[in-house]
Amino acid sequence: MGTTGIVNVTNLSKRYGNFIAVNGISFSIRKGEIFGFLGPNGAGKTTTINMMIGLARPSGGSIEIDGIDAVKNVKKAQSIMGIVSDESNLYDEMDGFENLCFCGSLYGMRREEREQRAKELLAQFDLAKAGKRPFKAYSKGMRRKLTIAAGIIHRPEILFLDEPTTGIDVESARQIRHLLLELKQGGTTIFITTHYIEDAERICDRIAFIVGGSIVANGTVSELMKSVSHGYAIRLTADQNLEPFTEDMQQHFEGCTVKVNENHEVTMVSEERISLSPVLQYLDRKGISVFEAKEIRPSLEDVFVKITGIEAEKLKKEKEKGGMAK
Amino acid sequence: MKTWIAFWNILKKDIQNYYLKPPNISWGIIFPLSWTLMQLIRSSGGMNMSDIRTLLPGLMGMSVLFGTTSMLAVTITFERKGRSFDRLLLAPISLSTLVAAKLSGAILFGVFNAFVPMLFASFFVDLTGINWGVVLLAVFLIAVTSTLLGLLIAVSAKEVFEAQTLSNFFRFPMLFLCGLFLPVSSLPIFLRPISYLLPLTYGTDLLSGAVLGSGTLPTLLSILILLVFAAGLFAFCQHSIRRKWIL
Repeated sequence: MGTTGIVNVTNLSKRYGNFIAVNGISFSIRKGEIFGFLGPNGAGKTTTINMMIGLARPSGGSIEIDGIDAVKNVKKAQSIMGIVSDESNLYDEMDGFENLCFCGSLYGMRREEREQRAKELLAQFDLAKAGKRPFKAYSKGMRRKLTIAAGIIHRPEILFLDEPTTGIDVESARQIRHLLLELKQGGTTIFITTHYIEDAERICDRIAFIVGGSIVANGTVSELMKSVSHGYAIRLTADQNLEPFTEDMQQHFEGCTVKVNENHEVTMVSEERISLSPVLQYLDRKGISVFEAKEIRPSLEDVFVKITGIEAEKLKKEKEKGGMAK
Repeated sequence: MKTWIAFWNILKKDIQNYYLKPPNISWGIIFPLSWTLMQLIRSSGGMNMSDIRTLLPGLMGMSVLFGTTSMLAVTITFERKGRSFDRLLLAPISLSTLVAAKLSGAILFGVFNAFVPMLFASFFVDLTGINWGVVLLAVFLIAVTSTLLGLLIAVSAKEVFEAQTLSNFFRFPMLFLCGLFLPVSSLPIFLRPISYLLPLTYGTDLLSGAVLGSGTLPTLLSILILLVFAAGLFAFCQHSIRRKWIL
């Protein structure tokens, strides 16, 4: 693993007695990117993030953040980090504005500076009207947004987020994704752990899959897709059963494998890219109308399932459980 | 400067969020007041104002002990449970600064509690002849050591009820062992060594010397022992926090 990123993790491990929670993982995060850390519950995501932010001591390996040894010099490293834990851990008795100002003070921000910044963030996170409301009166989505705002009040170079969209409503989750992309555009490097694969696919530049304490894949979304995708595919939905045409289509489109599915659907797979227009013209000549034709690309979820062997359904159940628990 | 900003704001937050809440202020006033009345009734079968001064060292020591140990143990356990304490652990301030800031609120609360009985007493008895410098130092040192005991309880407890139970487990025996209302010399001989293992014994002795002129140990020795207790407990609390809270 190279050591060119703003964050370089090398052979990081964590043991609790005989149990190995994290098993010698290595990865780098480049400046200004959103790096996703995906895995099922108990995979080692939170243990890894806790070691990176200084809430857990590694059993072995090294963590370098912007040139700082984050294991030996944890307080210096924390000064350039923003941290958003998996729970909205602000103070119920204080209002939104006070909470943000308090968090700014922990990073040594002066009064005028933190008050100004708190106002900016409340506006940016669409919480200006709720600024004087006690935190305990906030909805789950608002609590999450304010917790993220608290994590960036001191303008950190790198932001760590543990499951930022778990257990909140769809609209708040969408707003949070949007805010994270805005932060990225502003130059903030973001490390995010999640088991929401769709979230990661939408916002992450690069992703690592962690299972059983080990990283099983690491790369950009397209690199990960390429690693499991063998060829191209299209799917057509016609007005009639295409079973009688299978053999003819197979001969006509050399190199393609044609498979007829239920509901008048046919899938064509080839090593080469399949152009839609010759297929549509062919079917038209046969008097077949096509309702829908689309290129099929594997989703990140397909990639995850293929690489890890973990069923997508299991992950979905876990995230539903996680959501309900929060 | 950055450290001081963080220190001051943690202290301010604790005072506003916890110590200045009406239940805690009323506790700080009602608890010592009710003990004063109880002791007066018990001591002479009726009200005897001259007894108030005799009761003051014990009442002050008890007020500090009860105010500080439970408050810090409960507030920290409460913050740990809601994970807002993680926010403090993750701030770029040293653990000593964080611990000192958390202790300061409880110490101030303890000092306030100690002077409630003194304030009430001032309306009924003559308080001339009291060595106020030693009183202030004794109250401060009792508050520091008791607060550190509270922190030690907080490090051991996971739930608020555990913190309360553990606090009481320590505090109630200390009422009888530390010379607050019964002189240590009147305790059975096998219990006396335990008394001298508890910092409150030295604090109470200092107060007795300063208020009544009846201290049994040299003032400087008691101050020194309390300082050693404070330094030892501070170091032990920091070690325990590192070991238990940073996994």
